Amino acid sequence: MTAVWKHELKNYFHSLTAYVFGAFLLAFTGIGAMLYNIQAAVSNFEYVLSFCSLVFVVIVPVLTMRAIAEERRQKTDQLLYSLPITTLQVILGKYLALLAVYLIPLCVISLYPLVFAQYGEVCLRTAYGSILAFFILGAALIAVGVFISSLTDNQGMAAGIGVAVILLNYYSVSLSEYASATAAGSAVALAVLALLLGLVIRCLTRNGNVAYWVSFLLILAITALYVVDSSAFEGLLPDIMAKLSLFERFNTFVNGVFDMTAIVFYLTVIVFFLFLSVQSLEKRRYN
Amino acid sequence: MITVEHLTKCYGDFMAVEDLSFSIEEGHVYGFLGPNGAGKSTTMNIMTGCLSATAGHVRIDGHDIFEEPGKAKRLIGYLPEQPPLYMNETPEEYLRFVGEAKGLRGRELAEQIASVIEQTRIADVKHRSIAALSKGYRQRLGIAQALLGNPRVIILDEPTVGLDPLQIIEIRDLIKQLGQSHTVVFSSHILSEVQAICDQILIIARGKLVAFGEPAELERQLLSPSEITLTAEGTAQEVRDLAAGVPHVTDVAVTAEEPSLATARVHTDAEDIRDTSRALFFAFAGAGKAIVEMSLKRANLEDIFLELTEAPPGGGGPGGRL
Repeated sequence: MTAVWKHELKNYFHSLTAYVFGAFLLAFTGIGAMLYNIQAAVSNFEYVLSFCSLVFVVIVPVLTMRAIAEERRQKTDQLLYSLPITTLQVILGKYLALLAVYLIPLCVISLYPLVFAQYGEVCLRTAYGSILAFFILGAALIAVGVFISSLTDNQGMAAGIGVAVILLNYYSVSLSEYASATAAGSAVALAVLALLLGLVIRCLTRNGNVAYWVSFLLILAITALYVVDSSAFEGLLPDIMAKLSLFERFNTFVNGVFDMTAIVFYLTVIVFFLFLSVQSLEKRRYN
Repeated sequence: MITVEHLTKCYGDFMAVEDLSFSIEEGHVYGFLGPNGAGKSTTMNIMTGCLSATAGHVRIDGHDIFEEPGKAKRLIGYLPEQPPLYMNETPEEYLRFVGEAKGLRGRELAEQIASVIEQTRIADVKHRSIAALSKGYRQRLGIAQALLGNPRVIILDEPTVGLDPLQIIEIRDLIKQLGQSHTVVFSSHILSEVQAICDQILIIARGKLVAFGEPAELERQLLSPSEITLTAEGTAQEVRDLAAGVPHVTDVAVTAEEPSLATARVHTDAEDIRDTSRALFFAFAGAGKAIVEMSLKRANLEDIFLELTEAPPGGGGPGGRL
């Protein structure tokens, strides 16, 4: 794992990626700090982070797009398969290298509240609580990016899908207000999601039967549940959309609450998407 | 060293490899021969753990490649069909990464890198970007990567494809050299190459093993000569009658006639063709006609290859180990 980690880290600093990522993040933090902390003279650094979180939509996909897609394009994934290291080690090595690249600008960002504290009263506890949450939010988005990169051998495609997915996630709470809140609407939307899941399974495993059965059983379950107790579906879809939002949970921290469930949620997202990335790499051995 | 048992790989309905079984002993150079699309690369990918098998087992020195991949992969060095190189690195950086991934550290790593660089003669380019290297150098770097960690078996997938004649000779010499210290398995669709380097040949066609043995043994056993060409004194009719009178002779065809001499092609079904040639000699000598020229038609690997790989599906040549 350390071999992959070192190798990846060196690669990010050999190419421009690490610098572009860091520069963007720091530039936006700087602009945010100027607008909120200096011009508006607000002492809360967490508002700056909230402002900055939008920049993840662009910089995370740029950082993660080549993680696995490039290995595939260069056919170096064959080397990784033939080396005496497991796929889990490969994914972890790559992920930790990305985290390291992400941590460097974050260290600089961590100095901001300390600097501002020299000139006035800054609530350091909410500031650093939010920085920690900001780190874990970014880490979760990077895990999503790694998974998206493992789906294709085209970096541009990986970046495009990444931007779309993170942007959708960013606006999912606003969008959820437009989603149908009626029981029937939610049930239909869930059925459509079940079909989409089946389609994804079919694409990933190239096994039609499993996909059909998963879709069929899920839709059957949804229909059965709807017939038995339709009120359970009341407002379910907007609820799910809001719950899945990674950014919305970050706002709790910005408002000064250190929310442990959000941390657990982020960690679960990280583990889940890294697990999917391992499966996606493993799957390549089966077709 | 390597045992492959009932290996099968399907892509949907297409059988890329079908019930393949063979074993590879230590200390030989093995050639995997087969036309394009015969299943050579698939087999090698499965043997090295890059691809899963639909059914069957691969064991490297007793370690199953799917169940104990860590132990098994340490024993193999693999160069895939396209050398897996990171284009933005230098050969030295690249070898360092592969060495570390193979578990080498510190001085041992530095020594091994120096040794494989020397073995594959890439010292001149070790600080250049891989993207700027010629195909021959890239191929050698690929081999250098496979040699790191001093594995007992080196598996090379079509290492000479796409190289110019001089580079091909260099790579062949390198493989020969490696054969002295490692077990080498390499694939090729070029017969003369396999014949020149290998002491064991596996021929694969349509995903099946159609022949396995030493080159000379393959020639002897697969297509034992069954045709004798002779030129003897006498008219066409006399030569035909004399030859046809010999036991096991199935067919005689006179191909040329000169004054007082005739040339004929004689087919025989005798187990040892020399029995027939001896009988022919005595028959002609007994009749007072001298045989002035006699030759056995020797089959070469080209014929075997063509016969085995072009046989219609289902008809098949002799299968399994000879």
